[in-house]
Amino acid sequence: MAISRAITSKLQSYFLPSFLDVVNESYMHNVPKGSETHFKVFIVSEKFVGKPLIKRHREVNTVLAEELQSGVHALSIIAKTPSQWESDPSFVKSPPCLGGSKL
Amino acid sequence: MLGAVFRNVRPVAMRVCRTLAMSAEQKEDINSRIKADKIVVFMKGVPEEPRCGFSRAVCQIFEMHGVEKFSAHNVLEDDELRENIKEFSDWPTIPQVYVGGEFVGGCDIMIQMHQSGELVDLLAEHGIKSLIK
Repeated sequence: MAISRAITSKLQSYFLPSFLDVVNESYMHNVPKGSETHFKVFIVSEKFVGKPLIKRHREVNTVLAEELQSGVHALSIIAKTPSQWESDPSFVKSPPCLGGSKL
Repeated sequence: MLGAVFRNVRPVAMRVCRTLAMSAEQKEDINSRIKADKIVVFMKGVPEEPRCGFSRAVCQIFEMHGVEKFSAHNVLEDDELRENIKEFSDWPTIPQVYVGGEFVGGCDIMIQMHQSGELVDLLAEHGIKSLIK
Protein backbone atom coordinates (compact mmCIF):
# COMPACT_ATOMS: atom_id res chain seq x y z
CA MET A 1 0.00 0.00 0.00
CA ALA A 2 2.96 2.32 0.62
CA ILE A 3 3.72 3.03 -3.04
CA SER A 4 0.07 3.39 -3.91
CA ARG A 5 -0.30 5.98 -1.16
CA ALA A 6 2.84 7.83 -2.25
CA ILE A 7 1.59 8.00 -5.85
CA THR A 8 -1.79 9.31 -4.71
CA SER A 9 -0.39 11.98 -2.44
CA LYS A 10 2.20 13.22 -4.94
CA LEU A 11 -0.38 13.51 -7.70
CA GLN A 12 -2.85 15.17 -5.31
CA SER A 13 -0.44 17.87 -4.24
CA TYR A 14 0.98 18.59 -7.69
CA PHE A 15 -2.10 18.45 -9.93
CA LEU A 16 -4.89 19.36 -7.45
CA PRO A 17 -7.09 16.95 -9.43
CA SER A 18 -10.86 17.20 -9.52
CA PHE A 19 -10.83 13.42 -9.91
CA LEU A 20 -8.05 10.95 -9.14
CA ASP A 21 -8.04 7.19 -9.14
CA VAL A 22 -4.86 5.19 -8.60
CA VAL A 23 -5.42 1.51 -9.29
CA ASN A 24 -2.88 -1.13 -8.38
CA GLU A 25 -3.18 -3.52 -11.32
CA SER A 26 -0.28 -5.72 -10.23
CA TYR A 27 -2.61 -8.62 -9.48
CA MET A 28 -3.24 -8.85 -13.24
CA HIS A 29 0.42 -9.58 -13.87
CA ASN A 30 3.06 -12.20 -13.35
CA VAL A 31 4.29 -10.87 -9.98
CA PRO A 32 4.01 -12.04 -6.35
CA LYS A 33 0.76 -11.42 -4.48
CA GLY A 34 0.59 -7.98 -2.88
CA SER A 35 3.15 -6.47 -5.29
CA GLU A 36 3.09 -2.80 -6.21
CA THR A 37 4.57 -2.89 -9.68
CA HIS A 38 1.79 -2.13 -12.17
CA PHE A 39 -0.39 0.94 -11.75
CA LYS A 40 -3.07 2.77 -13.61
CA VAL A 41 -3.66 6.42 -12.94
CA PHE A 42 -6.82 8.19 -13.97
CA ILE A 43 -6.44 11.88 -13.34
CA VAL A 44 -8.57 14.90 -14.18
CA SER A 45 -7.00 18.29 -13.63
CA GLU A 46 -7.22 21.91 -14.75
CA LYS A 47 -3.44 21.75 -15.11
CA PHE A 48 -3.83 19.72 -18.31
CA VAL A 49 -5.79 22.41 -20.15
CA GLY A 50 -4.03 23.41 -23.38
CA LYS A 51 -1.39 20.70 -23.09
CA PRO A 52 -1.00 17.87 -25.62
CA LEU A 53 -1.18 14.29 -24.33
CA ILE A 54 2.54 13.74 -24.47
CA LYS A 55 3.15 16.77 -22.24
CA ARG A 56 0.53 15.63 -19.72
CA HIS A 57 2.08 12.17 -19.56
CA ARG A 58 5.59 13.57 -19.21
CA GLU A 59 4.42 15.71 -16.28
CA VAL A 60 2.90 12.70 -14.51
CA ASN A 61 6.06 10.69 -15.19
CA THR A 62 8.20 13.48 -13.74
CA VAL A 63 6.10 13.77 -10.57
CA LEU A 64 6.39 10.00 -10.12
CA ALA A 65 10.03 9.69 -11.24
CA GLU A 66 11.14 8.27 -7.88
CA GLU A 67 8.52 5.52 -7.93
CA LEU A 68 9.28 4.68 -11.57
CA GLN A 69 12.96 4.30 -10.74
CA SER A 70 12.37 2.12 -7.72
CA GLY A 71 10.11 -0.76 -8.60
CA VAL A 72 7.09 0.60 -10.45
CA HIS A 73 7.36 -1.26 -13.70
CA ALA A 74 4.23 -0.19 -15.58
CA LEU A 75 2.32 3.05 -15.33
CA SER A 76 -0.73 3.54 -17.45
CA ILE A 77 -2.00 7.11 -17.56
CA ILE A 78 -5.31 8.62 -18.54
CA ALA A 79 -4.97 12.37 -18.13
CA LYS A 80 -7.96 14.55 -18.91
CA THR A 81 -9.12 18.10 -18.46
CA PRO A 82 -12.37 18.64 -16.53
CA SER A 83 -14.29 19.41 -19.73
CA GLN A 84 -12.96 16.29 -21.50
CA TRP A 85 -13.94 14.22 -18.49
CA GLU A 86 -17.45 15.66 -18.56
CA SER A 87 -17.98 14.82 -22.21
CA ASP A 88 -16.51 11.30 -21.93
CA PRO A 89 -16.29 9.82 -18.43
CA SER A 90 -15.05 6.45 -19.66
CA PHE A 91 -12.30 4.47 -18.03
CA VAL A 92 -10.25 2.41 -20.48
CA LYS A 93 -9.38 -1.03 -19.15
CA SER A 94 -5.77 -2.15 -19.25
CA PRO A 95 -4.86 -5.04 -21.51
CA PRO A 96 -4.11 -8.48 -20.03
CA CYS A 97 -0.54 -9.40 -19.16
CA LEU A 98 1.33 -11.66 -21.56
CA GLY A 99 4.07 -12.64 -19.15
CA GLY A 100 6.88 -10.39 -20.42
CA SER A 101 7.64 -8.73 -17.09
CA LYS A 102 9.10 -11.98 -15.79
CA LEU A 103 11.80 -12.04 -18.45
CA MET B 1 23.71 29.35 0.39
CA LEU B 2 25.65 27.16 -2.00
CA GLY B 3 23.99 24.14 -0.40
CA ALA B 4 20.58 25.55 -1.23
CA VAL B 5 21.62 26.14 -4.82
CA PHE B 6 22.83 22.56 -5.15
CA ARG B 7 19.67 21.19 -3.60
CA ASN B 8 17.70 23.07 -6.20
CA VAL B 9 19.66 21.82 -9.17
CA ARG B 10 19.87 18.22 -8.01
CA PRO B 11 17.10 16.76 -10.21
CA VAL B 12 18.70 18.30 -13.28
CA ALA B 13 22.13 17.03 -12.27
CA MET B 14 20.73 13.53 -11.86
CA ARG B 15 19.22 13.64 -15.30
CA VAL B 16 22.55 14.76 -16.79
CA CYS B 17 24.27 11.81 -15.09
CA ARG B 18 21.71 9.41 -16.47
CA THR B 19 22.13 10.83 -19.96
CA LEU B 20 25.87 10.42 -19.71
CA ALA B 21 25.35 6.75 -18.91
CA MET B 22 24.53 6.21 -22.57
CA SER B 23 27.50 6.41 -24.90
CA ALA B 24 27.55 8.43 -28.11
CA GLU B 25 27.56 5.22 -30.15
CA GLN B 26 24.53 3.89 -28.31
CA LYS B 27 22.72 7.15 -28.91
CA GLU B 28 23.65 7.01 -32.57
CA ASP B 29 22.43 3.42 -32.75
CA ILE B 30 18.98 4.45 -31.50
CA ASN B 31 19.00 7.48 -33.77
CA SER B 32 19.56 5.30 -36.80
CA ARG B 33 16.88 2.84 -35.67
CA ILE B 34 14.20 5.53 -35.31
CA LYS B 35 15.05 6.92 -38.73
CA ALA B 36 15.19 3.57 -40.51
CA ASP B 37 11.43 3.38 -41.03
CA LYS B 38 8.36 5.62 -40.97
CA ILE B 39 7.02 3.72 -37.97
CA VAL B 40 9.36 2.27 -35.38
CA VAL B 41 8.16 0.47 -32.25
CA PHE B 42 10.24 -0.55 -29.24
CA MET B 43 8.27 -3.33 -27.62
CA LYS B 44 8.30 -6.48 -25.53
CA GLY B 45 8.22 -9.45 -27.84
CA VAL B 46 7.60 -9.27 -31.59
CA PRO B 47 4.44 -8.16 -33.45
CA GLU B 48 3.58 -11.81 -34.20
CA GLU B 49 4.00 -12.69 -30.54
CA PRO B 50 3.95 -9.73 -28.13
CA ARG B 51 5.02 -10.49 -24.55
CA CYS B 52 3.12 -7.67 -22.87
CA GLY B 53 -0.48 -6.51 -23.20
CA PHE B 54 0.50 -2.89 -23.75
CA SER B 55 2.87 -3.84 -26.58
CA ARG B 56 0.19 -6.03 -28.11
CA ALA B 57 -2.35 -3.19 -27.99
CA VAL B 58 0.02 -0.95 -29.98
CA CYS B 59 0.45 -3.64 -32.66
CA GLN B 60 -3.31 -4.19 -32.80
CA ILE B 61 -3.91 -0.48 -33.33
CA PHE B 62 -1.53 -0.43 -36.31
CA GLU B 63 -3.24 -3.55 -37.62
CA MET B 64 -6.66 -1.85 -37.41
CA HIS B 65 -5.29 1.01 -39.47
CA GLY B 66 -4.00 -1.41 -42.07
CA VAL B 67 -0.36 -0.68 -41.31
CA GLU B 68 1.29 -3.97 -42.13
CA LYS B 69 4.89 -3.02 -42.11
CA PHE B 70 6.72 -1.24 -39.36
CA SER B 71 10.04 -1.77 -37.67
CA ALA B 72 9.82 -3.45 -34.29
CA HIS B 73 12.64 -3.86 -31.80
CA ASN B 74 12.26 -6.46 -29.08
CA VAL B 75 13.73 -4.97 -25.89
CA LEU B 76 13.46 -8.30 -24.07
CA GLU B 77 16.30 -9.53 -26.26
CA ASP B 78 18.53 -6.56 -25.62
CA ASP B 79 18.91 -5.31 -22.04
CA GLU B 80 21.07 -2.41 -23.12
CA LEU B 81 18.47 -1.21 -25.59
CA ARG B 82 15.73 -1.70 -23.00
CA GLU B 83 17.41 0.79 -20.64
CA ASN B 84 18.84 3.13 -23.27
CA ILE B 85 15.56 3.70 -25.08
CA LYS B 86 14.00 4.92 -21.82
CA GLU B 87 16.79 7.42 -21.43
CA PHE B 88 16.80 8.40 -25.08
CA SER B 89 13.07 9.15 -25.18
CA ASP B 90 12.96 10.38 -21.56
CA TRP B 91 10.06 7.98 -21.17
CA PRO B 92 10.02 5.39 -18.39
CA THR B 93 7.99 2.58 -19.94
CA ILE B 94 7.78 0.21 -22.92
CA PRO B 95 6.27 0.19 -25.58
CA GLN B 96 7.46 3.34 -27.28
CA VAL B 97 6.31 4.46 -30.71
CA TYR B 98 8.19 6.69 -33.17
CA VAL B 99 6.57 8.03 -36.33
CA GLY B 100 8.69 9.90 -38.85
CA GLY B 101 11.60 9.86 -36.43
CA GLU B 102 9.56 11.66 -33.75
CA PHE B 103 8.54 10.19 -30.44
CA VAL B 104 4.75 9.81 -30.27
CA GLY B 105 4.28 8.09 -26.93
CA GLY B 106 3.36 4.79 -25.35
CA CYS B 107 0.28 2.59 -25.37
CA ASP B 108 -2.12 5.02 -23.63
CA ILE B 109 -1.33 7.83 -26.03
CA MET B 110 -1.72 5.51 -29.03
CA ILE B 111 -5.13 4.34 -27.79
CA GLN B 112 -6.31 7.89 -27.22
CA MET B 113 -4.99 9.11 -30.57
CA HIS B 114 -6.72 6.16 -32.21
CA GLN B 115 -10.01 7.02 -30.48
CA SER B 116 -9.82 10.74 -31.24
CA GLY B 117 -8.89 10.25 -34.91
CA GLU B 118 -5.54 12.01 -34.50
CA LEU B 119 -3.69 8.84 -35.46
CA VAL B 120 -5.28 8.84 -38.93
CA ASP B 121 -3.99 12.40 -39.42
CA LEU B 122 -0.54 11.60 -38.10
CA LEU B 123 -0.22 8.61 -40.46
CA ALA B 124 -1.45 10.72 -43.38
CA GLU B 125 1.22 13.33 -42.62
CA HIS B 126 3.77 10.61 -43.27
CA GLY B 127 2.13 9.30 -46.42
CA ILE B 128 0.50 6.30 -44.77
CA LYS B 129 -3.13 5.83 -45.67
CA SER B 130 -5.16 4.42 -42.81
CA LEU B 131 -7.97 1.94 -43.43
CA ILE B 132 -9.99 3.92 -40.90
CA LYS B 133 -11.50 7.12 -42.18
